Amino acid sequence: MTKKNTLKLWTIWVLASILLVLIFAYQLLGNGVSKAIFMPGDLSMGHHQLEDACESCHTDAFGGGEVLQEACINCHGDQRIKPFDSHPRSKFKDPRNASRLEKINALMCTSCHVEHKPEITQKDGLTQPIDVCFHCHADIGEERPSHVGMEFTTCKNSGCHNFHNNRALYTDFLVKHMDAPMHMPNPHLPETEFVSVLEEILEYPHDSYPVQTLQSNDADAPEVSNKDESIHRDWLETAHANAGVNCSACHQTRNEENELSTWNDHPGMESCQTCHGTEVERFKLGKHGMRLAVGLSPMMPKDAKLPMNKNAAHEELTCTSCHGAHRFDTTVAAVESCLECHADEHSLAYKDSPHFSLWQQQIVTNGSSDSGVSCASCHMPRVEYDVNDWLTRVMVDHNQSASLSPNSKMIRSSCIHCHGLGFSIGALADQELIENNFNGKPSVHVESIDLARKDNEKYLQKMNK
Amino acid sequence: MKYKLKNSWIILSFTFITVLVAGIAWASDVGDNPSITPRTMADALHMVMDSDRAVYTKKIVNRLVKKEKVIKASEHFEDEKALVLPAQMFRFGAEMVAEKAEKNPDINFSYSLQSLWPINKQNAPATDAEKEGLKFVVDNKGQNYYTTEELGGITYFTAVYADVAVAPVCASCHNDHKDTPKSDFKVGDVMGGVVIRIPISG
Repeated sequence: MTKKNTLKLWTIWVLASILLVLIFAYQLLGNGVSKAIFMPGDLSMGHHQLEDACESCHTDAFGGGEVLQEACINCHGDQRIKPFDSHPRSKFKDPRNASRLEKINALMCTSCHVEHKPEITQKDGLTQPIDVCFHCHADIGEERPSHVGMEFTTCKNSGCHNFHNNRALYTDFLVKHMDAPMHMPNPHLPETEFVSVLEEILEYPHDSYPVQTLQSNDADAPEVSNKDESIHRDWLETAHANAGVNCSACHQTRNEENELSTWNDHPGMESCQTCHGTEVERFKLGKHGMRLAVGLSPMMPKDAKLPMNKNAAHEELTCTSCHGAHRFDTTVAAVESCLECHADEHSLAYKDSPHFSLWQQQIVTNGSSDSGVSCASCHMPRVEYDVNDWLTRVMVDHNQSASLSPNSKMIRSSCIHCHGLGFSIGALADQELIENNFNGKPSVHVESIDLARKDNEKYLQKMNK
Repeated sequence: MKYKLKNSWIILSFTFITVLVAGIAWASDVGDNPSITPRTMADALHMVMDSDRAVYTKKIVNRLVKKEKVIKASEHFEDEKALVLPAQMFRFGAEMVAEKAEKNPDINFSYSLQSLWPINKQNAPATDAEKEGLKFVVDNKGQNYYTTEELGGITYFTAVYADVAVAPVCASCHNDHKDTPKSDFKVGDVMGGVVIRIPISG
């Protein structure tokens, strides 16, 4: 090779290297530029929306596992407390479990939830060793004779065990509900609580907006913003006007001296958060709001992994996307808002399902709000939520991800209000039935109730002796 | 004479302040120095745990369940809207201590309730010290068991205290439980033990 050629190659190499550095620098530092190029592997279904927010998990470039652990707890810490976690960190911190930690380090989330490893990621984003339960429960057959001979791969079958919420379907609960019919005699959902516990919601602006019914001429919007009659009427017909929530409550903020800010025609979620803080907080933990929680732009259906309506591809997800502004019609939010975006088989089959018939019946007959079954009835269930250590209230859980992965999490929060336990467990294990939106009976039979029945019979025999 | 008196006051005041400062310094020194042995600390901790649980059992559970009959106590307290069982109250406290102790490494200890006949098999003795200690407190009524053991590279002072069935309901609840391996407990029997661990090195 001549000297001239060598020089040419070196020049190309240097230029190519500089170009590469510039491309990477642009990707890394550019505002709004996707950082996905730096990912060592795709993110799981649960985190794929965060691929442009590397720093939300990797908070410190020089930290190790403890940095990731802190990031996990920052978002998921609550789920380790509510509902009751049967495998709390404190249990494994006990020195008597030191030898167990040598096999599976249950103190670190990453022992079972590694990211960027699509090749080992199982359903629900798990990367746990398949024999994870075996290490501590190898002798389960001695305690539960019905479990003798069962493979360790069956522990987390639908309707059986859930590591973080193993108490949801405990044996006595299975026994108590084992003979419940397909349809319960008095099917209804719990009523939500808000006004009745308002006194205990400390952050609520009680002084500025005391609970009272507001009339048309009470509206405190400036005249220039009060021209749209339909907006005014919408507000007047809502729970807001009925509960004393005036226009300024959302369109203006108050400083420490209780002085109002200037009027904002398009207030954001922070306005909703003033009174509905827990709902917004839960929303940001689910797939709808998780991008907002880490400072990214709102989620758009185009970024979803599930099939979505193309027309809604660029709709941004905030409170008003589903609730609308001024009208805040929960009937629309509970069905039509969902179907505006979701276009998977399960969602598309909803309007042919028995659940939808009940929903229509409720709307037509103007029945009580607990007799129909909307999308939200199951996916944003009304749960007894511990708002803090001292206040529990029935509220709509806006973290729709909390009832999925695995879907058996919704048995107690939704199904069981109307259906027997056996039917519910079977239905949620039947993929075909899920796809046609529960139009029929389950063809899958899960053994968990049979096992509990068997153990219970043995116990009763022993007691009779 | 006047000058002398003034001088005496200065000397007296100086002496008083010196003694006061020395006293405070000594007191704070005593507070910071480990003058309590691990055994004394474990005994003291157990005394608090035992008393708190006895108060909960007698003044809350027994009074409201047996005497006033206004509520029941249940293992499934959330579903059944019931009081937590005394053993659960004890465990929840232990879990809260574990969480707090992790954030305060200077105040590090752990405790648990275990048994040779556990309802939940995860509460069976796991280490040699636990096995030996639980057997000791069953065989030697009224005596505690003390030892040291190494777990996960850390040496612990480990104390085991007998857990006695103080009321008929303690024995009957255990005897009738679905998962109990022993159904003939009587009042006064040692049903298990409280294990307290304090790290002493490592």
